[in-house]
Amino acid sequence: MKITLFIPCFMDACFPKAGAGAVEILERLGHTIDYPRELTCCGQPAFNSGYWPEAREVAVKVLDRLGNSEAVVIVSGSCGAMIKNFYPELFAGTENEARARDLSAKCHEFTDFLVSRLGAGDLGARFPHRVTFHDGCHGLRELGIKQQPRKLLAHVRGLELVEMGEAESCCGFGGTFSAKFPMISTAMGENKYGSALETGAEYIVSNDSSCLMHVQGLLDRQGIPLKTIHIAEVLNSR
Amino acid sequence: MSITREASEFKKAAAKLTKDLRHRSLIRNALKKYEVARNAKCSLFQDWQAARQTAAEIKWDAINHLDSHLAEFARNLEAHGTHVHWADTAARAREIILKIVREKKARSIIKSKVMTGEEIHLNKALEDEGFDVVESDLGEYIVQLRHEAPYHFVFPAMHLTRGEISDLFARELGTAPTDSPEELTMIARRVLRGKYIAADIGISGANFGIAETGMISITENEGNARLTCALPKVHIALMGIEKILPRLADLALFLPMLGAAGAGQMLTAYNTMYGGPRQPGEPDGPEEFHVVLLDNNRTGLLADPEQRDALHCIRCGACLNVCPIYKNIGGHSYGTTYQGPIGSVITPHLRGLQQWKHLAFASSLCGACTQTCPVKINLHHHLLQSRRNAIAQKPVWWEKIAFDCLSFLFNHAGLFSLGMKLGRIGQVFHPLIKNTRFDPASAWTRSRELPRVAPQTFREWWQNRK
Amino acid sequence: MNERENILGRIRKAIRVPAPVPGTHGPSRPVSERESAADIPEWLPRVGDTFGERLALFRANASDLKADFVLLDSPEQLPVKLREIAAAEGWKKVATHSNALTDGACAALGLPVLRTDAGFEPQDMESCDAGISACDALIAQTGSVLVTSQSAGGRALSVLPPHHVVLARREQLLADLPAAFALLQAKYAPAYPSLISFITGPSRTGDIERILVLGAHGPKKLTIICL
Repeated sequence: MKITLFIPCFMDACFPKAGAGAVEILERLGHTIDYPRELTCCGQPAFNSGYWPEAREVAVKVLDRLGNSEAVVIVSGSCGAMIKNFYPELFAGTENEARARDLSAKCHEFTDFLVSRLGAGDLGARFPHRVTFHDGCHGLRELGIKQQPRKLLAHVRGLELVEMGEAESCCGFGGTFSAKFPMISTAMGENKYGSALETGAEYIVSNDSSCLMHVQGLLDRQGIPLKTIHIAEVLNSR
Repeated sequence: MSITREASEFKKAAAKLTKDLRHRSLIRNALKKYEVARNAKCSLFQDWQAARQTAAEIKWDAINHLDSHLAEFARNLEAHGTHVHWADTAARAREIILKIVREKKARSIIKSKVMTGEEIHLNKALEDEGFDVVESDLGEYIVQLRHEAPYHFVFPAMHLTRGEISDLFARELGTAPTDSPEELTMIARRVLRGKYIAADIGISGANFGIAETGMISITENEGNARLTCALPKVHIALMGIEKILPRLADLALFLPMLGAAGAGQMLTAYNTMYGGPRQPGEPDGPEEFHVVLLDNNRTGLLADPEQRDALHCIRCGACLNVCPIYKNIGGHSYGTTYQGPIGSVITPHLRGLQQWKHLAFASSLCGACTQTCPVKINLHHHLLQSRRNAIAQKPVWWEKIAFDCLSFLFNHAGLFSLGMKLGRIGQVFHPLIKNTRFDPASAWTRSRELPRVAPQTFREWWQNRK
Repeated sequence: MNERENILGRIRKAIRVPAPVPGTHGPSRPVSERESAADIPEWLPRVGDTFGERLALFRANASDLKADFVLLDSPEQLPVKLREIAAAEGWKKVATHSNALTDGACAALGLPVLRTDAGFEPQDMESCDAGISACDALIAQTGSVLVTSQSAGGRALSVLPPHHVVLARREQLLADLPAAFALLQAKYAPAYPSLISFITGPSRTGDIERILVLGAHGPKKLTIICL
């Protein structure tokens, strides 16, 4: 299958290994990757801030480029939710409403694609560490991603998964929320890494690198040695 | 951007509460207990999700045919001797109630929990005219003594420890200090006993209004509403017009859903329907029953078909209990009657979009509220819609410029690529200004380290593969 | 009158544009004539089909709620049971209403009895140690007692005295809430009593640190005696 892979803007800049991991995993499974170099962002920042016309300017390019794709895989729960669930709302009442719905039907978040579309299980990965999993809110509640990452992690050799209390509780990133209400965002992040620390895990794993970026930023400031890593990197470790 | 007074106060309160670890721990423990009880009760339902859908459809019927249901409700109330009053605004509702209270020359008024009463600032209006008003719900009684607003509309005193309540009672009532919740409750019970018996007027709210039979329904645990509506000669009920349910039998679904989602109980101790004043042949009960129907901008929200379902709310408080923002900033920070996700959705409609839009922005849009709402209100999507509406009305000039620039940047991958390269250079020097007033990223770096642009970005890695 | 028309007029205007039904993202669809409401009993907690199952469920629920449930083998045991409770708690005066179940039982107590039927002063009821009433039904699903101002001696009797004793017959045990509302309609409509109340356990509060305390304002004890 030819898979169009959408890489979030911050993953491109700051967490490229996660994107590379996704590419290598899918290629190993025998698929070809179409990477849309001209796309950089899903439009969520403007959308979340209430600037829907400006968000449409960016999103329409995504519609144009991905409209003819066979399958679109998005390596992020939050960008995935944006394109799959929120584009129809963003374009409601415009000439692009139908195209947004069509694209939505073709989109999958990465772990969901592996498990639900490809029936993948053991990817031959090895990651001998104790980890805990953070369920990113958009992936969890907008896209129904809960079991898929866990199914994949269960096959990773040497990996011990310990669930944290309040795994489904928001980490506090929320996009522009983290800058508009930093004190609330920080408190929520502190609660999140507090729960993670209680598990004794070395790594927090998630399918959303924006959540991890926020929590890692807090951990680094506090000098806490807990690490964060995107699931694509874990699944690509050998 | 000039920030409204409400937004500024909200930010100050939030800043203070988010650092208060004692508060954070207290609320977290209280809500954990609730969560355990709620999950237990919801799992007793044979199909909680189907129940939510049915409840959503019944409320859809109620709200989207509100004119006929409300007219039927009033007609049936009047048929049994109840006086029905219609109040356009908060001021009118206060006037109507004051008029009744004045006519009765009331000396003492007892109230059960009335959120619409908080909304219209009823207590203050009564007290300003010299009437003695006592809150009978234990939590409300406590915050009334502290001259505070309720912290949570189901658990008004959630933020207080037994020690603080004991000190309060010692100070205001002259009672001996105690750290037993039972003894503290008995103190309040004893004090309020006399008030029930002496009160001329009882004021209550209503959880639901049943159109088919002309009844209000009140859900409670303490029995204080039962007493408020039993002993005084006059009973006044204040009710928002959106509380309508079409049929009496709808309560068979709504009472347990309200109990389970709101309090983690299959049913609260008392669920009572009132259909009129004392009827012929009945040995007791008020001689007069008044129902005051309150609009106060609910019709404004009704006129927004996108967000109309916010009027389906049954005020269970479940969305507050699961909201990570609420858990960290507490109920008082909102600075308005209705807190938490539902409060953030309806307050801009009830009190003004531009003054209260900050509540719509103060959310990470995690969606836990929408997931838990027993009547399936699309809460977090409404927050997004309110943001859009607020910005469409009044864009923030520098934000608009920033997003226009960002759109351009994002639509030109070459520029984006260049931007990342520049970022790599810039981050070498950033520590010089990090977390100072020259730092453009100070909102982030106040408490967090910035992520680093990788030595090789994804698109560079992809390019190099070829 | 004017304000009524204002409000109703605003409502009519507002609802001209239909809103989507929750649970369906997208254009609105008409809600079918109450198909889903008829399913309510299927969503609510399981109840059991036999009297025995329902009785067991009621008993279990009552116990969880800290209400006392007593099943008597014969009506003759009722006055005996009441005297037993009266002695254990040191009752000096009770309140009740006139009723086939309550009359004989209360007379046998040998205590001053306040009857609500002819009216009463709240102060007089306040000095009673217990309120003894009949009821309309017991509800297995929730462990509730259904009373009205007609079946249970008015409004205050079941809530003012510190101990509420309910006298019920086995036949009054209903399965669930929908059955309770059906009974109310069959028994009273259209002249409903001015008060209908589902009593589920004694009065309680969790307002102080979410710790359960019984007897906040209403009765601290609820005893259900079933013949």
